[in-house]
Amino acid sequence: MSAEAVAATAAKTNGWEPKIVAFCCNWCSYGGADSAGMGRFQQPASARIIRVMCSGRIDPLHVFNAFLEGADAVLVTGCHIGDCHYVNGNDKTKIKYKYLENVVHELGIEKERLQLNWISASEGEKFANFIRDVTEQIKKLGPSPLKPEGVA
Amino acid sequence: MESNKNNKIGAAVVLGGGIAGMQASLDLASSGIKVYLVETKPSIGGVMAQLDKTFPTNDCAMCTMAPRLVEISRHKNIDLISLAEVESVKGEAGNFTVTVKKRPRYVNEDKCTGCGSCLAVCPVGKAKAAADGKENKIKPIPDEYNEGLSTRPAVSIPFPQAIPNKAFIDSRYCLYLNSGKCGNCKKACKADAIDFEQKEKIFELNAGAIIATPGYELFDIGSKPEYGQGKFENVVTAIKFERILSASGPYQGKVLRPSDKKVPKNIGFIQCVGSRDHERDYCSAVCCMYATKEALIAKEHLGDQLEIDILYMDIRAYGKGFEEYYQRAQKLGVNYIRSRVPSIEEDPKTKNLIINYLSDNDKKVSKEYDMIVLSTGLLAPKSAKQISGTLGISLNEYNFCNTGSFSPVNSSRDGIFVAGPFTEPKDVPETVTQASGAAAKALSLLSDVRGTLVKEKEYPPEKDITGQDARIGVFICHCGKNIGGVANVPEIVKYASTLPSVVHAEDNLYMCSSDAIDKIKQKIEEHHLNRVVVASCTPRTHEPLFKNTIREAGLNEYLFEMANIREHCTWAHMHEPEAATKKAMGLVQMAVAKSRLLEPLYRQFVPINQDCLVIGGGIAGMVAAMEVANQGFLVHLVEKEEKLGGGARKLHYLLGNDKPQEYLNDLIKSVSSHEKIMVHTGANIESFSGSIGKFKTIINSAGTKQEFEHGATIVATGAIEHKPSEYMYGKNKKVMTQLEFEEKLSTDAQLKPPECVVMIQCVESRNDERPYCSRICCGTAVKNALKIKEKFPDTGVYVLYRDMRTFGFMESYYTKARQKGIVFAIYNNEKKPELIESNNGNLTVKYFDSTLQENIEIDSDYVVLSTPVTPRPENKELASMLKVPLDQNKFFLEAHIKLKPVDFATDGIFLCGIAHYPKSIKDSIAQAGAVAARAGAILSKKFIETEGAISVVNEAKCIGCGTCVTVCPYNAPALEEVTVTVEEVTYKTKKSKINPAACKGCGSCAAACPAGAITASHFSSKEIREVIDAFDRGVRSVSIEKGVVEVTV
Ligand code: FES
Repeated sequence: MSAEAVAATAAKTNGWEPKIVAFCCNWCSYGGADSAGMGRFQQPASARIIRVMCSGRIDPLHVFNAFLEGADAVLVTGCHIGDCHYVNGNDKTKIKYKYLENVVHELGIEKERLQLNWISASEGEKFANFIRDVTEQIKKLGPSPLKPEGVA
Repeated sequence: MESNKNNKIGAAVVLGGGIAGMQASLDLASSGIKVYLVETKPSIGGVMAQLDKTFPTNDCAMCTMAPRLVEISRHKNIDLISLAEVESVKGEAGNFTVTVKKRPRYVNEDKCTGCGSCLAVCPVGKAKAAADGKENKIKPIPDEYNEGLSTRPAVSIPFPQAIPNKAFIDSRYCLYLNSGKCGNCKKACKADAIDFEQKEKIFELNAGAIIATPGYELFDIGSKPEYGQGKFENVVTAIKFERILSASGPYQGKVLRPSDKKVPKNIGFIQCVGSRDHERDYCSAVCCMYATKEALIAKEHLGDQLEIDILYMDIRAYGKGFEEYYQRAQKLGVNYIRSRVPSIEEDPKTKNLIINYLSDNDKKVSKEYDMIVLSTGLLAPKSAKQISGTLGISLNEYNFCNTGSFSPVNSSRDGIFVAGPFTEPKDVPETVTQASGAAAKALSLLSDVRGTLVKEKEYPPEKDITGQDARIGVFICHCGKNIGGVANVPEIVKYASTLPSVVHAEDNLYMCSSDAIDKIKQKIEEHHLNRVVVASCTPRTHEPLFKNTIREAGLNEYLFEMANIREHCTWAHMHEPEAATKKAMGLVQMAVAKSRLLEPLYRQFVPINQDCLVIGGGIAGMVAAMEVANQGFLVHLVEKEEKLGGGARKLHYLLGNDKPQEYLNDLIKSVSSHEKIMVHTGANIESFSGSIGKFKTIINSAGTKQEFEHGATIVATGAIEHKPSEYMYGKNKKVMTQLEFEEKLSTDAQLKPPECVVMIQCVESRNDERPYCSRICCGTAVKNALKIKEKFPDTGVYVLYRDMRTFGFMESYYTKARQKGIVFAIYNNEKKPELIESNNGNLTVKYFDSTLQENIEIDSDYVVLSTPVTPRPENKELASMLKVPLDQNKFFLEAHIKLKPVDFATDGIFLCGIAHYPKSIKDSIAQAGAVAARAGAILSKKFIETEGAISVVNEAKCIGCGTCVTVCPYNAPALEEVTVTVEEVTYKTKKSKINPAACKGCGSCAAACPAGAITASHFSSKEIREVIDAFDRGVRSVSIEKGVVEVTV
């Protein structure tokens, strides 16, 4: 991006807070978000967590839904591989994510807007850092191109 | 107290709330025994709660443990008594009177909500200056949870997941308790829970059995002057290093050395500190693996620039998955150096550490490290002597509890059972296993009074809400100042009441306090609420409480939704009141949106067949059958050979004086004559179907088929001794396996005293084909070597080994063997010993001795090969019939290596003995007891209560593709043939059906179904979409200026 373009986006997004939808599994990454709070690891208020029992529950359609409803980024999170409470739900998530990544790429959405991360229930700081990093990346990119008309 | 005719009491006291005590309590309570769990500390959890990860899978320890902590705290039949000790035990097996002393917590456990407000205001123990500006005279209080690497106030909650999650005032440090001044916490506590007047309480418990699981102590390096006595800052114990590695630890998981908080460039681990020495002739059994684990994790954090040396005597990677783990660590660059380190010196300037040692080839090495980790050994708990006195049970010379080879969980007193490292140093899975085994013993003892003291909860009938419009009540919590101090709660309430379908919204200081709970119930009545949303803390801890609340008010428990506005909001955005308020409103909005769609869900009650199938009639299978039958259930014991006994029939003696054949014969006799055991010998499993509670099996014995149903299944099919192709085995009669040699020593009356016997360890084991360690061969070699010496004192005995893995108390036999003149010599896997046969058939073993650095030749009368225990080839067939997995070595694979070591992932099927992994008789017996307890927990119920939020198939949409069948790890979906009629055409097709008893509600199948035919209840796509949608309908902005709040929607 040229300097002007950066400035232009900056102007456009001045004070703008991205909307981030984070899918978290009940047993690990949701717990990671809890630990972030418990450890008082501060993070931007940009993310909203949608809790599912296992990352394996996350349907690619849910991810598209989130984009179509105006999410600027969607985060798919779960237990570390091997730690899934339901044996191997996250292995399936990994496979689905590969497919999702391709489709989202085909649609012309920047790769920063869809991210996968394994976060355990004790990795509070990791969770907070993740939200902070993503928020910064998205702030640079500006609102999602898929955002429907009239949505902030 | 209720009791039956023979005065037995249907309750048990469990002493010690570590992972062993927790497991035993859960096993007992779920089989209908009332449990009193007595813990000396303010919280249960034991040492495992301090661990970062667990070997050999590097699973996060707290993640696997936290659900159990919560389960205990919620279990209606477990009374958790913290800060308590047992004073005396009177009575006898079946009816004990246990006197307990409970120390004051100075916090009312019923009122404390665990919000932590008191911690923040306590002036004590923080290194900072006191509020009045004067120097804080009180020394910082080392935080025990972080092994003193951080400090804590005088009032504290030991760790975030502590159970009970209640504050505890340490009377040693509290200003108020010592001088009457301060009382800050009392002022700060909005729940009025601080109670300085609390006194010590002494009371009696009546119980039929006692299980002692007091755990262990770690060796104190204060008594090791050669290692700095704890004075060198950068010399830490392994448990301290564990805290350093932990994300919840003092450095947030950054690997730093304590003296200057710098990242270390190299770390040395010293093994066997306080183990395998003159005072303690035993091996602590876990240190090799925990050092390997810590090394791996440190490397994971810091990458290749971190150099790690582990200085060891033998690497004892003897358990399931351990050897592979050790191999992996070596590949990832962890250096293992065989040497015993005599002492450590500190460079006073740099605080670096210097050690001098003799390397493998006897060279002197001097090396400087940034940090040293001491792998300290396990000692008996400090309280062991006192426990032994009050319980009247005997200890061994190292103060561990005495148990027998064939009775691994029995103490010397009837009715008192033991488990965990209190009996011998051991790791988490063995501890968990033994704890279940101890529970099984208590269950057998109390089988006729099972269920007499447990409470079943009574609820009012459920209201029918069909056809009603949603009427939502929103309850918002201030959590003292935790939420209300950041976000503007009254504004959130105002906002919530504007949302569609919300008919009532209110706030409360603590939503989880008992008065607030009553208020919720009252409002449900008053406003005819049919959905409830609570906005407070995390559902992971509090959802069960609120679900129960609405159920008590006559609503279905699934008509509840929670918004987490504390952990995910006010705690994460502490300095942004506007953003936090806006987000909290958004979170409430999302929860309300979802709640509107919630449907009542029902747990199903699936009837259970109370019989049990045990496959395999060796020791493990027979013990399992006995233990299940003694609990009062009918057992079908299926053995494919004509005789019971299995592999143990070939054992003639053990280490020590126990006689395996006597034990085996007695066991066969009791099994065969047990009225509740049906023995089917010479029988094979022909087919197997069904699921937990109602399995169906057909067996075939010599052409006659028999079919029976059973509620639980136990796999105990054993394993075999590998017959090697190396070392002329099978060609020269003087070369034999350990088992064959044992047979010869014991039965060959003509055997002439041999001049020399050479044993070679790890033959065709720990190699590429069989990467695992067989665990028992080192002990067997020592056993047979000692036997030769006993019979023929003049025979020369040599044992050529790679690592001597005589873990635990086996170590003393290894010591004894060396004292008897048995020669143990190390060989290197790259230079394996060779066997030379002369023309007359005489044998010479040639090997390279790495200590002497020269080739040695020994003429030997017999060459005995320690070959691995290998899985049965038929495992594969059985595994596919039972739909259970095998591991990469083709042994059966348990559900969770640490916490569910005897369960399969499929409910109702269990595993024990060497079909799981090679192990000693003692360990097999413990494991067999454990499966009996696990199976008993199912069989003791008339019904299984299924999960309510499970997946259901819409048959009309299902295309019968079977994707769900492949995706599900629990075998819950199955394709069934159905007849479909569409527009007068009738045809047969397959449709998926999900067995509610097997489904755990993860929702993977719903996400995978290409036809959208599966609904994951409570997390349906419709509900998820509604929540996503609500994100945008939220609040546009919130501004707070001079206390005036403006909300734009
Ligand atoms: S439970 Fe976390 S990914 Fe499956």
